[in-house]
Amino acid sequence: MNGYFGSYAVVAVMLAIGVAIFAGALLVNRLLRPSHPTPEKLLTYECGVDPVGEGWAQSQIRYYVFTYLYVVFAVDAVFLFPWATVFAAPGFGMTTLVEMFVFLAFIAIGILYAWRKRVLAWT
Amino acid sequence: MAEVLDVAIRLAVIVIAFLTLPLIVGQTEHKAMAHMQSRLGPMYAGGFHGWAQLIADGVKFAQKEDVIPVAADRRVFSIAPAVALVPYLVVMVVIPVGPGLFGTDLDAGLFFVLAVMGVGVLGSIMAGWSSANKYSVLGGMRAAAQLTSYELPLVLAASSVAMAAGTLSLPGIVEAWRWWWLPWQAIGAVVFFIAGLAELRRPPFDMPIAESEIIMGPMTEYTGIRFALFMLAEYVGIVVLSALTTVLFLGGWHGPLLPGPIWTLIKVFVLAFVVIWVRVTFPRLRADQLQKLAWIGLVPLALLQLALTGVVRVLAG
Repeated sequence: MNGYFGSYAVVAVMLAIGVAIFAGALLVNRLLRPSHPTPEKLLTYECGVDPVGEGWAQSQIRYYVFTYLYVVFAVDAVFLFPWATVFAAPGFGMTTLVEMFVFLAFIAIGILYAWRKRVLAWT
Repeated sequence: MAEVLDVAIRLAVIVIAFLTLPLIVGQTEHKAMAHMQSRLGPMYAGGFHGWAQLIADGVKFAQKEDVIPVAADRRVFSIAPAVALVPYLVVMVVIPVGPGLFGTDLDAGLFFVLAVMGVGVLGSIMAGWSSANKYSVLGGMRAAAQLTSYELPLVLAASSVAMAAGTLSLPGIVEAWRWWWLPWQAIGAVVFFIAGLAELRRPPFDMPIAESEIIMGPMTEYTGIRFALFMLAEYVGIVVLSALTTVLFLGGWHGPLLPGPIWTLIKVFVLAFVVIWVRVTFPRLRADQLQKLAWIGLVPLALLQLALTGVVRVLAG
């Protein structure tokens, strides 16, 4: 399997095998398992007492800021990969190195700002 | 025809490795952990030092009743284990074991690996949300927060290797590897390994499944074969993380005397042992300590490694 599509065809086959393994495991389970559902058994687990309210309970998500931070940095990081393969190629050298430090400075200042704003603190 | 057969054999070997290596790591964990804690661990199943314990567990799981709570979102609940497990199998296609010994060589191999492993972590978020259980929701949220925070140092450390090698192809990276990369990329290696541990939610980064406070986190409502598949995903994850660290930072098949693939396996198992060792040694990190370690510890270190890699690469020509 050569060429661009050939190598990804192998990946696709592997994905199919993975799904088949999962389906096969569930099939074997279906053939072997007993099935005696009772209302109590199908109740949501909550330390042995009857569940209070519903499972999708309201809770404070303290971490949404991290998600923003992550999105910002991950978008930067994606562009890092194509750059990483060519930055030392003849003719680039010092220019790309300076550019890299500009990039690193942006990220570092971003983290420093988030830290000083106490975004990274627990409360 | 010969070509198809070649690919078929490669894929068959990968599937066998996918099904056996996690069991070996799991059994090693049983025994190593037990001895580190002055216990014996499993001793009966199979006769010799309980070697068949995990096979017995698997047989038991396969016969257990499939319980899906009425309150759960059935469809998402049932496919979550597949989302957690299958990406690791797909990642194994591109990991080289020896020169020419890999499922397939992708130009964007490293990028592909990071992208696909990112899908795997969705499994526990799906499981946490679809279970309609308060503990699961909490666990799922913790998992989401942890995974977003540790993905960044993982990606930055990996891109440092791409810069050093000048390619994203995993076999290409191993071929470009020289022994002096060990000190050169040492910071990146440590950052990558720690961030990888956090991605696997292994102790000491097991806040999302902290069993003493939120039962089993996202997996609270899972039983039987689906739970077993989640467990399998965790141990395949250990194998994949160790293999990736080996390939990217420890030179893969490079080594004296022994043949290449043996060296790869030795390095993978040593790293897998470190994963087990760390679990026994360190207490669980609190949620805020976890975040602090990622953002104030690992990310700046990874950026430092990037700067170091860039400077050395450009100045050394």
